[in-house]
Amino acid sequence: MKTIATTRSAMGIPTGRLAVWWVLVSEIVIFGGLLACYVMNRIAHVEWAEQAAHTNTWAGAFNTLILLSSSLSAVLAHQAAEKGDGAKAARLLYTTCLGGLIFLIVKSFEWTHEIREGFTIQSGGFWSYYYTAAGLHAFHVIAGMLVMLAVASTAKKNQELHRVENVGIYWHFVDLVWIFLFPLLYIAK
Amino acid sequence: MAHHSDADAHHAGSAHHGHEEPGFIKKYLWSTDHKMIAFQYMFTGMLMAVLGAFMAYVFRMQLAFPGNPVPGFGVVSPGEYNALITNHGSIMIFWVAMPVLIAGFGNYLIPLMIGADDMVFPRINRLSYQMFALSVVILIASLLVQNGGFGGAWTAYPPLSANKLYNLTPLGSTLWLLAVAVEFVAFLLGGINFIVTAMNSRAPGMKAFDVPILVWTIVIASILFMASVGPLVAGAVMLLFDQTLGTSFFNPGKGGDPILWQHLFWFFGHPEVYVVMLPAVGIVAEVITVFSRKKLFAYKTVIYTIVATGVLSFFVWAHHQFVAGIDPRMANVFTVTTVLISIPIAEMLFVYIATLYGGSIRFTTPMLWALAFIAEFLVGGVTGIYLGASGADIHFHDTYFVVAHFHYTFFPIAIIAVMAGVTFWFPKMFGRYLNEFWGKVHFWGTIIPFNGIFIPLFVLGAAGEHRRIFDYHNFPHLAQPWMQHLRMVATISLLVMLAFQFVFLVNYLVSMFAGKKAEKNPWRSNTLEWTADSPPPHGNWPELPTCYRGPYEYSVPGRAEDFWPQNEKT
Amino acid sequence: MSTHAQAHHPTNYVKIWAILVALLVVSVLGPMLGHPVLTLITAFGIALIKAYLVAKNFMHINVEKPIVHWVLGAALIIMVLLYAGVMPDVGRDSGEGWKKDAGWHYGGTHHPSKHDEKGKGEGATAH
Repeated sequence: MKTIATTRSAMGIPTGRLAVWWVLVSEIVIFGGLLACYVMNRIAHVEWAEQAAHTNTWAGAFNTLILLSSSLSAVLAHQAAEKGDGAKAARLLYTTCLGGLIFLIVKSFEWTHEIREGFTIQSGGFWSYYYTAAGLHAFHVIAGMLVMLAVASTAKKNQELHRVENVGIYWHFVDLVWIFLFPLLYIAK
Repeated sequence: MAHHSDADAHHAGSAHHGHEEPGFIKKYLWSTDHKMIAFQYMFTGMLMAVLGAFMAYVFRMQLAFPGNPVPGFGVVSPGEYNALITNHGSIMIFWVAMPVLIAGFGNYLIPLMIGADDMVFPRINRLSYQMFALSVVILIASLLVQNGGFGGAWTAYPPLSANKLYNLTPLGSTLWLLAVAVEFVAFLLGGINFIVTAMNSRAPGMKAFDVPILVWTIVIASILFMASVGPLVAGAVMLLFDQTLGTSFFNPGKGGDPILWQHLFWFFGHPEVYVVMLPAVGIVAEVITVFSRKKLFAYKTVIYTIVATGVLSFFVWAHHQFVAGIDPRMANVFTVTTVLISIPIAEMLFVYIATLYGGSIRFTTPMLWALAFIAEFLVGGVTGIYLGASGADIHFHDTYFVVAHFHYTFFPIAIIAVMAGVTFWFPKMFGRYLNEFWGKVHFWGTIIPFNGIFIPLFVLGAAGEHRRIFDYHNFPHLAQPWMQHLRMVATISLLVMLAFQFVFLVNYLVSMFAGKKAEKNPWRSNTLEWTADSPPPHGNWPELPTCYRGPYEYSVPGRAEDFWPQNEKT
Repeated sequence: MSTHAQAHHPTNYVKIWAILVALLVVSVLGPMLGHPVLTLITAFGIALIKAYLVAKNFMHINVEKPIVHWVLGAALIIMVLLYAGVMPDVGRDSGEGWKKDAGWHYGGTHHPSKHDEKGKGEGATAH
């Protein structure tokens, strides 16, 4: 099924990995756009700091720890794939997925609590951005997990091992976005 | 789609992939072949053009003969008028210009021009079309739901677009926004395919500066699109939430700011016009070099110019917002950058004229379209300078002067250059010739009325005729008899132009099945797609070509032939 | 396939992870010291450092070809451009002779604002 076009590499970068970098370019401008809007509005609305005080820094910090750890398992999966150990790479990818799952579970508890306290997406400008930014990020976490599961199922048969690195690069980007979301939403109070 | 019967004959002859003949669905509807996907985009785009043109017909009839029932539609209410102009604009840009120019020509020609057998990611290619088709369904649904289609203009400014109490089309507004968002995702996916394929899958020996201009322009357009649409994707999510979830991104009553949407929209909207312009300019480059038998005047300069235009296009966006309440000091900045951007584009047109100069010109139908592009786009570009000067724009903003300006740029892009491309590559795509005589009839029957539509609109706009108004009887100073006469001239010109499009449709469909059979390289062109069969089989060539030189080696001194295909060793 | 991997091995990925976690702890403790400027430095400065560590050590961005750096860099610069162009309008709530009137509501609630004649006063409230 692979076309000859897929296997060529005039730039010296494998096509899959080159494509993932371009995906990251498009994601940088999407998240960058949203977060730039948030920052501008934060600066214009001093009163939002008072709203931001109600976010749960511990949940945010724990989730940061989870994502950082899942990035570790993702890069270890890449290392295993390079050595040709597809089964180990798959296991590590499943571990990364598990990290994503824990992240989502913590977030759902966090949001449930906040909504119960009365801080819904309609509660004002800060909360509009809070739920939208974290929600868009969570959407990308879910998408990443799904792709990772697909890659893992092929990798454990020792096939298409280069995809492990590529999905890892995407996952690290999702982690990077969170690395900035954490101070923006939780620490700047 | 039985026009691919020729493809069947060639397909049987190609043992390249060694698999059996696919069934109807796998071949036409579920294909991963870049050529089939290109046709899917092209034909969808052409159908949407019919819809968009119908909308223009209806609202121009309303403008020329206000209050009278329009044949084929009925009486036009104010809400319907707004929905018609909104969807006309949206359709023509997102569902005609982009799919035909970028996805259609890009999908068909990029692998062929770089000597590849397909795109790098054929299944993502298929997925991108399917998402695009989904966006078409959503858009058409938006027109059919209760209260009708969205009427807040293609620019969708809040509060009108965000608040259903204002726009009165709660379902239509949300569906329109979703359609646009899905279309964006489809083009992001497709764009990545084009960029990676062009970067990586070139034929052996094809260096960067051996790549035809059209491939460069489509790839750079895809990059521009990707880089500029991000903030608007974020903005679309924000607007969607304002519409449906009660967030306050753009709601001033809750601390939001409508001007934020304007910035996000135009930050994309301006590069977007270059996204569609660049492939058009690329098509013109291919056509004029072939039909003047001359090298492109300054190939590398054109590449640098295209890149410079792309970069500069990110610095001009707020010229759409001069009177919206932006910081006036920023207006100064944007005036300077806007006037500056006319320089690379003018330079490109000069390069094309220099290419033609001293050439052995053949006035075939594609060449006529390409020459018309240069002339008409020049008018569009020059009138843009009036609008780019913020002082003059105070008078011209939101008048028909703007409408005429952007039609003098968009029409060359979306129709004239497309026609140049369609007529030029028709023999390759279908293995047959279009009828030249009727092609020329269609050409003149389009170009002359086109000017008849929009020159009156320049005059009306300069006289103060405001946009987006469905009946000027309510504005006495705009309802003067001479103005109404000009509106009628414009509308009648449109009717004439639409009538001539049937000439094209008949020519196109008849030639597809019964046109004179075409050989591989009827125009004696250098680029690689002309070395494949007409039409090319699945996999394009039994053996992929190698590239030995640049694409524009025409009339090289000392050679017997006046062209030198890229894949010929000597 | 990934011959670049040999170029950057051996990285101790666990060690990098440990540094990242330590930085996380600092960024959480920072605000507890109570100085706004210090908080900003610890929070965002550390975010930048963490981002650099992930990009370099996990994504191996530094062994990628220059074209990748150019393209990613361009995306970031475009974001700065967006910010610079929009900030004068959105990032302030008042300026020379104007201020954003947060009291303006959709629909009905009347108040002495210049937006009154533009607002549709049907008594409907903002959703």
